[in-house]
Amino acid sequence: MEQLRTIGRELAMGSQGGWGQSKEFLDLVKSIGEARSKAEEDRIIARELEHLKRRLADPDVPRRKMKELLLRLVYAEMLGHDASFGHIHAVKMTHDESLPLKRTGYLAVALFIDERHDLVILVVNTIQKDLRSDNYLVVCAALTAACRLIGEEAMPAVLPQVVELLAHPKEAVRKKAVMALHRFYQRSPSSVSHLVSNFRKRLCDNDPGVMGATLCPLYDLILEDPSSYKDLVVSFVNILKQVAERRLPTSYDYHQMPAPFIQIKLLKILAVLGSGDKQASGHMYTVLGDIFRKGDTTSNIGNAILYECICCISSIFPNPKMLEAAAETTSKFLKSDSHNLKYMGIDALGRLIKINPDIAEEHQLAVIDCLEDPDDTLKRKTFELLYKMTKSTNVEVIVDRMIEYMINITDHHYKTEIASRCVELAEQFAPSNQWFIQTMNKVFEHAGDLVNIKVAHNLMRLIAEGFGEDDEGADSQLRSSAVDSYLRIVGEPKLPSSFLQIICWVLGEYGTADGRYSASYIIGKLCDVAEAHLTDDTVKVCSHILAPISFVTYFGLFLSCVLYTEAYAISAILKIIAFEIARGRKIDMLPECQTLVDELSASHSTDLQQRAYELQALLGLDKHAVESVMPSDASCEDIEVDRNLSFLNGFVQQALESGASPYIPESERSGVISVGSYRSQEQHETSAHALRFEAYELPKASLPVATAQASMSMPTTDLVPVSEPGYYKEDHQTSRSQPSGDSLSGEFGVKLRLDGVQKKWGRPTYSSSTPSSSTSSQQATNGGSHSDGGGSTSSHTRESSYGSKRQQGTEVSAEKQKLAASLFGSSAAKADRKAQASRKTAKESPLSEKATVTNATPPPIKEQLTPAAPPPDLLDLGEPVSSSAPSADPFSQLEGLLGPASATPVVSETPATVSSQTPDLMSIFSDDVQTGPSSGSTEPTLGDSSLKNSQKGATAVASKKGPSLQDALQKDATARQVGVTPTGNNPNLFKDLLG
Amino acid sequence: MINFVLLISRQGKVRLTKWYSPYTQKERTKRLGTKEGEKDIYRMARIRERKTRDINPNQMYQGWGRPTPDAFVRRIQETEIEEALKRMKSGKAMGPDGIPIEVIRELSGLILTRGPKLCNFVEWRGYKVVYRRYASLYFCMCVDADDNELEILEIIHHFVEILDRYFGSVCELDLIFNFHKAYYILDEILIAGELQESSKKNVARLIAAQDSLVEAAKEEASSISNIIAQATK
Repeated sequence: MEQLRTIGRELAMGSQGGWGQSKEFLDLVKSIGEARSKAEEDRIIARELEHLKRRLADPDVPRRKMKELLLRLVYAEMLGHDASFGHIHAVKMTHDESLPLKRTGYLAVALFIDERHDLVILVVNTIQKDLRSDNYLVVCAALTAACRLIGEEAMPAVLPQVVELLAHPKEAVRKKAVMALHRFYQRSPSSVSHLVSNFRKRLCDNDPGVMGATLCPLYDLILEDPSSYKDLVVSFVNILKQVAERRLPTSYDYHQMPAPFIQIKLLKILAVLGSGDKQASGHMYTVLGDIFRKGDTTSNIGNAILYECICCISSIFPNPKMLEAAAETTSKFLKSDSHNLKYMGIDALGRLIKINPDIAEEHQLAVIDCLEDPDDTLKRKTFELLYKMTKSTNVEVIVDRMIEYMINITDHHYKTEIASRCVELAEQFAPSNQWFIQTMNKVFEHAGDLVNIKVAHNLMRLIAEGFGEDDEGADSQLRSSAVDSYLRIVGEPKLPSSFLQIICWVLGEYGTADGRYSASYIIGKLCDVAEAHLTDDTVKVCSHILAPISFVTYFGLFLSCVLYTEAYAISAILKIIAFEIARGRKIDMLPECQTLVDELSASHSTDLQQRAYELQALLGLDKHAVESVMPSDASCEDIEVDRNLSFLNGFVQQALESGASPYIPESERSGVISVGSYRSQEQHETSAHALRFEAYELPKASLPVATAQASMSMPTTDLVPVSEPGYYKEDHQTSRSQPSGDSLSGEFGVKLRLDGVQKKWGRPTYSSSTPSSSTSSQQATNGGSHSDGGGSTSSHTRESSYGSKRQQGTEVSAEKQKLAASLFGSSAAKADRKAQASRKTAKESPLSEKATVTNATPPPIKEQLTPAAPPPDLLDLGEPVSSSAPSADPFSQLEGLLGPASATPVVSETPATVSSQTPDLMSIFSDDVQTGPSSGSTEPTLGDSSLKNSQKGATAVASKKGPSLQDALQKDATARQVGVTPTGNNPNLFKDLLG
Repeated sequence: MINFVLLISRQGKVRLTKWYSPYTQKERTKRLGTKEGEKDIYRMARIRERKTRDINPNQMYQGWGRPTPDAFVRRIQETEIEEALKRMKSGKAMGPDGIPIEVIRELSGLILTRGPKLCNFVEWRGYKVVYRRYASLYFCMCVDADDNELEILEIIHHFVEILDRYFGSVCELDLIFNFHKAYYILDEILIAGELQESSKKNVARLIAAQDSLVEAAKEEASSISNIIAQATK
């Protein structure tokens, strides 16, 4: 049937000449369609191109025929063949008088060349002329071409006409003029900035199409500078309202939605304008609510609008009602069967959790499903979401998952991204240094060459400096575990070179430190690394030699990167030998080590040669000499670099006295003009005789002048003042090139400043996470015992602490971090079991904590823990507790709360005796007058029993989790048995991920 | 913003390409492919070489133990060179409209292999490619990372609906033989990477106006040729 139709069409076209195409073209297309191989297709096209070349050059070809030839040329280029010989003909055709030919010309030119092509100059004149044409179709064609072909240089030539066209009687022309102006703005904002007000005017255009088009440039402008467009908020809201109320002509309807594309654009604009602006956001709530109400979740376009609404709501000043609607829609997306909607839902969720992290917990299942989905795109999006919601409590699970995923992808771009995300999360949230090192090892092993080299430096530093505490034992333990892991890994083939460098360095520094491995063993390993790496890369170099392009350069590049790992290896060997000698042990030179040294001392690289010779020289030294040359464990000592080379001053002085001429820095020498040194050049204008191209600038502070003058009068110090300004100059004017002499110091200046990351590891509080969770969970207990109020109060504090957590990257006290982390933990658990078990779950963490942490550190005072303005009841409860029971056991505090009469029997709980204690509880209920607090305190026992059950059930469920329906049903059944709501049928996983 | 539009058949044949942003990878591809690019590589190499020569002796040996950040001269990584090589090679095989053939090949490999039920979005080199399949044709649009994918999906459909209305139940052959018409229609819908007209009626009216001009020209031409033919009889 299909075939029949095809044949019919072909026949029809053949007879009509297929919209004016000739038989030749039809044959060409047909033969290409029938080509059985790429080579055959290439042959056909090559023949066609030959033919076209001949015909196009032929002056006798009629113009209408030319048009067709040009289209065939476009076709050939579309299939990936070079047809540059015909570009000039396309340009010629734009000059043609008749519109059809002109249009074809413009079309071909716009497809063939872009604004940076040389031929554009020839087209600009035509465009200029056509913009003045009386025929609006000609103008349209010219404007379309202008969008593509007019670059920054040609812009002034057409700009005035385009602006004139903004008032053209035909709406099609106005619209295109707006878009062209927008394009010009994108290309070069400065040359169009004075015309920006035109966009505002066009917003009031009678034609909805023009108005819709104007929204594009306005969106860009508003993104740039929202504050100067705040006055338009009301107009935008009005337009949106009118559109949503179907005031536009029905021709703008799309699938029964009123002008959806305009709505989406408006929503985007409102999102920018309302962000962080309460007043502006206030105008928007009504119309957003309307759109939500009218939202159509059955059609794709309806969902597109709803999604844009969610984006808008998550960006503007939050409004609880709106957020609720957005969350509802998001959950609809997530529950949908369509992958597209799930994808949008995950994205929307990522936006909403920025405002209210609780929303995520409701959708744990959906998120986990998406993470395990076979669809790669969806998976990536979910990882993005996880990345956004990572906290110190769930970082291990998330990063492990990410790495697992990272190993299996081949896409370079995405691998780099996910590797850097892993590193970022690990650096930010790592629960322990041990874990950090292991994680880093994995990242380096699988994506070593893709991560920033700074990460490697940080890792080495961490190993060298340890926790930053005075605990040497832990540090050395860390190091030896690192050494262990590296010795395990080092034999594996194809390790990335940056990882090998870390391994070499660590082995060299600490390989023999704890005495478990002999020096010769480690040296042997290092020799293997050096050898393997050398041969490995030599092979690579050879293969690249076959690639003929600028081989010499590449060879140099390869050499430098190959040898670098070697340098690490040999330095490491050097260090080990030095340590051994310093300890007074005799060192035997292994044969492979000897060969390596011999090989390297004949190396092409002077660097390697020097290292090899140094090693040989070191072997001949005695113990004391070695100790002073290479002090043991000196890696953490700072190196002082005398940038001013002041130790040379005496020498310089001497030389000057004996008649040498003083040094003049390169930048001050006459005739030398470099952009980077124009500042100092200004001070020596008389000596610089060359032309200056830049405008005069404001006079600089007089200090540099003074120093410069000083340098003239006191030649001994001339090195000092000149190198200093150069060094700072680099900081402020990094874009400028600079005299080569300063480049090194400048670069170090920049590099050194990047070390901020390290600080995290210096903080002593980081490693001890267990006491923190016990203290704050204790707070959660208090909240829980305070009956119903607890739920809302804790969510309140959670919100405020969440805000603080966002900036945690920079400087937030560790106290707050802890609070945030542990509060999230309890809240996530709460969401799992919903309303019935909110207090129960609050108990979960104290119980489990209690098992492990018997004597925690005294809890910090509550005012510190709860920032901003926490609800008073929490405070009232908290303060007396912490003062009366400084022993910090959460349950002894509860005892205090219960009062002397009933305290002791209840709270001395072991999970096993729960059932036997139930009567006791009842007695408390009946006897005690203080029902409020006591009911809170009884909960732990009750909660404990059901909690145990639920956990048991949960693990059973988790192990059974499978794709089939039967499994799912079974799962649900078990879940119900143990009293867990079916939504949480994989609680263990969620606890890790979301808790 | 839409960076480019691409129509490919299920066999990976290109049916239409339109490139809107000249400042994406094309820039880099071109630069390294030209003489200039080669010069860049030389310069890069020189700088690296100088660095290794100057810094290592001074810095590496001052503190024996510790590799300070100073001491780590950033090496050229192999991947970097491989990439450069790849770019230089691919620069020679520039495709239509400046889109390297590689891009099209890569994308078609990515999209054509996707299963039917998966989502219509692919993340690619920091962009997102939204595609939709109609019979044997895939319509792809490459957009920025922050664009609304569902909207783009509907823009594609909008385009297809207009094509459908114009050709009368459009099929792949229409687009093969009349690709220039498809280009004209696309130009009326998208301009400079943005949707310029969301009313089907307006687009249809404009296209019709242009076509009537063509028809007029054709008639004129044929009448002239008739006259000539009669005159020469």
